[in-house]
Amino acid sequence: MVSRRNFLIGGAALPFLSYIELADTAFAATPKDILVVAQQLDNMTSLDPHEGFEAVGGEVMSNMYQKLVRANSDNPDQVLPVVAASWEADADNKVFTFKLADAKFSSGAPVTGEDVAFSLQRAIKMNKSPAFIINQFGFTAENVESRIVAKDAKTVTLTTEQPTAISFLLFCLSANIGAIVEKKVVLANETNGDLGNAWLQKNSAGSGSFKLQAWKASESITLVLNENGPYKGNLKRVIIRHVVDPSSQMLMLQKGDVDIARDLTSEQLKALQSDDSIVLVRKQIASLVLISLNQNNANLAKPQVWQAVKWALDYEGMQKNIVPLTHAVHQSMEPAGFPGTVTDTPYKQDLEKAKALMAEAGLKDGFDITLDHYSAQPYPDLAQAIQANLGAIGIRVKLQSAENRQVLTKMRARGHEMALSAWGTDYFDPNSNAEVFCINKDNSDDAKKKPFAWRSSFKSDEFTAKAEAARDEKDPAKRLALYETLQRDFMANSPFAVMFQTTRTAACRKNVTGFQLGVLSEGNSYLETNKA
Amino acid sequence: MNRRFKSLAATLSSVLLTLFGLTVLTFLIGRVMPVDPVIAAVGDNAPEDVILRARTEMGLDQPIPVQFLHYLYQLAHGDFGMSVLTKNPVAQDIVRFFPATFELATAALLLAALIGIPLGVWAAVRQGSFTDQAIRVVCLAGHSVPVFMLSLISLLVFYSALDIAPGPGRQDIIYDGMIDTVTGILTIDTLIAGDLGAFWDALAHMAQPVIILAYFSMAYIARMTRAFMIDALKGEFVITARAKGLTLTKVIWGHAFPTVAVQLVTVIALTYAGLLEGAVVTETVFSWPGIGQYLTVSLMNADMNPVIGTTLLIGLIYVGLNLIADILYRVLDPRVK
Repeated sequence: MVSRRNFLIGGAALPFLSYIELADTAFAATPKDILVVAQQLDNMTSLDPHEGFEAVGGEVMSNMYQKLVRANSDNPDQVLPVVAASWEADADNKVFTFKLADAKFSSGAPVTGEDVAFSLQRAIKMNKSPAFIINQFGFTAENVESRIVAKDAKTVTLTTEQPTAISFLLFCLSANIGAIVEKKVVLANETNGDLGNAWLQKNSAGSGSFKLQAWKASESITLVLNENGPYKGNLKRVIIRHVVDPSSQMLMLQKGDVDIARDLTSEQLKALQSDDSIVLVRKQIASLVLISLNQNNANLAKPQVWQAVKWALDYEGMQKNIVPLTHAVHQSMEPAGFPGTVTDTPYKQDLEKAKALMAEAGLKDGFDITLDHYSAQPYPDLAQAIQANLGAIGIRVKLQSAENRQVLTKMRARGHEMALSAWGTDYFDPNSNAEVFCINKDNSDDAKKKPFAWRSSFKSDEFTAKAEAARDEKDPAKRLALYETLQRDFMANSPFAVMFQTTRTAACRKNVTGFQLGVLSEGNSYLETNKA
Repeated sequence: MNRRFKSLAATLSSVLLTLFGLTVLTFLIGRVMPVDPVIAAVGDNAPEDVILRARTEMGLDQPIPVQFLHYLYQLAHGDFGMSVLTKNPVAQDIVRFFPATFELATAALLLAALIGIPLGVWAAVRQGSFTDQAIRVVCLAGHSVPVFMLSLISLLVFYSALDIAPGPGRQDIIYDGMIDTVTGILTIDTLIAGDLGAFWDALAHMAQPVIILAYFSMAYIARMTRAFMIDALKGEFVITARAKGLTLTKVIWGHAFPTVAVQLVTVIALTYAGLLEGAVVTETVFSWPGIGQYLTVSLMNADMNPVIGTTLLIGLIYVGLNLIADILYRVLDPRVK
């Protein structure tokens, strides 16, 4: 006879017993043909390659679509052919002819000149955020059909408004805005003349390694193999799981529930360095950490103060003590890994020199100033170090921390004095950063263009002219030389103290090989990834 | 009849007024936040012409009263607007995210009430004893240890070290895309699909977040039960019952507890409402795609349509549960009748 007490105890224990039994069955390792990635997927708004303009979305799209050419991470001065087999410019550097290689969409249909022309025309006609990357060559919704033309199934020509360096055009076409979509499929899903935009935000029609199976916002993205695509490895699916918390990512990686963790913190990466079961894939990415000095402030408008700030900062100390694994000291406006980037770091902490410059500016007793910075690490720690460094030369810094979009909103309204923020480059060409840092022709509050320089009220006709000259130079080698000169000038004579370049790390389990990180997110590729 | 109608009308108008107030407040907060919603939509690096166009498309170039009237007009037609981030209608997003929270909250509340109420009664009966002290310590810990810490420790111990619990997420990747969404409540959907393996997997994934949320809620329920019960046990009717020679069990559960149950209804209703708001931290650590995460991410990105939609939903939950508590009061307390 079972007593009531024993019956109750037994009843209470039952769920736990069945639960323990589950442990053997339910929590198996991930299958070998499925790659599981833990990543923060918060900020994705669209998977239409002619619209999406965020890092995570950019990466996903670049694994679903091909472009005419792609950037070469190993040799940034070159591009590699993808859908384009070859290209040439006419004598005037205005008509560019692309011959296409053999490629197939996920539907099985071949990629034709018609698809290429349609895709580039679509990007221009839709005119979404990234369209400026190719409409800067003079393409408009009105002229694009006559300027981007499919001559036959294997030939496409692009006619630019002005003579253009072919390297500049190719670098821009390597961005996701140059992705080729399947015309027939996209138009079949067009609603209200949107060129298939609403449909392509959550579906795919490309010729890349994978195609989109499902995107569940704030949950997961599932990519399945494009049987007709370029991927030749053993993966059949890639599941990117939205795991916000880095600690959860770390535990899942160590347990083998995910194969790659993408957002681990500096401390976690430090701990994994000695873990034999994990391989860290690292890459310097095109994201700079910099201090902007708003020229609306009379003290910050003095060139001696620009210099004093740059000589007061302890770049090496901050890098070693605060951001050893996630950032490297970098002082040029162009990120390392880009064509023609200057990697010199002429500024070291020299407080005497900085003080002398302050005295020369008539500010021997210093001044009070506010520094806005992002609230997410490592920015608060960096801001405190900057506060201490500048305090040593008399600049009394008050720190103001806020969520990064608040800081950006304030900067866009030119409401900051000093700001510690990050800048991510848009496309793989030196003009991308040179344009936003140097070309500011209208410094008025209601200017039509508001580049990064405008946000800090910095206008230099000299830099504008030099950046335009470099952009328009036809000879690729001379072009890069002009950019190198411009970078050194900018380093010495601008109110922007570039301090660090971000290093991104993907922690992969040892059985995963070939995952590549690019200097831009669209270079993050599963093309050569395998799982043993 | 007339009195009932008046009472119903008064309740309805109070509900509508509350929801309207919530809408006004959330809308205004959204508009005065120091974040430009357009940046969330088009990205910080977008050119000025694209930003201007997006601002117009989103109606943000209009004066705030016009924006508000437009929003009210949309709401009146059952349209909560679109989410900039997910590119879905807000109503559709809520239908997707809320069941995950509902599943977690309901299981946590049941567990919390099933353990918390007897624990609170036991502590009250043994007031001042070692048992009482021990229960108080357990409850205090539940209420004072941060949830994220409990969650991480739980993952570290049961998932990582002991290997008896699954990791973050609602289901294992082997079930990815295999279960059709019918109700959005995964344990029910897996049963509808007839996949017992997936059902156990979903249940196992729920265990840790449910236990942690339940522990947090249980601590509150047990403390309140104890306090109510101590008062009840001092009542003359309890002394009378004991004088009549009834067993302790009968006195506690037959006489004292029914008076406590009335007060507990409010405690449980408010606890449930709190759980249904979405436990942001638990959802974050356990990668649980619930309403809390949806609201937080939307708020951080100044995506205000989901923020207002979700706030209204939470308001409705509070109002609804309060109404249910009122009705239960009438059922449980004969004096209210």
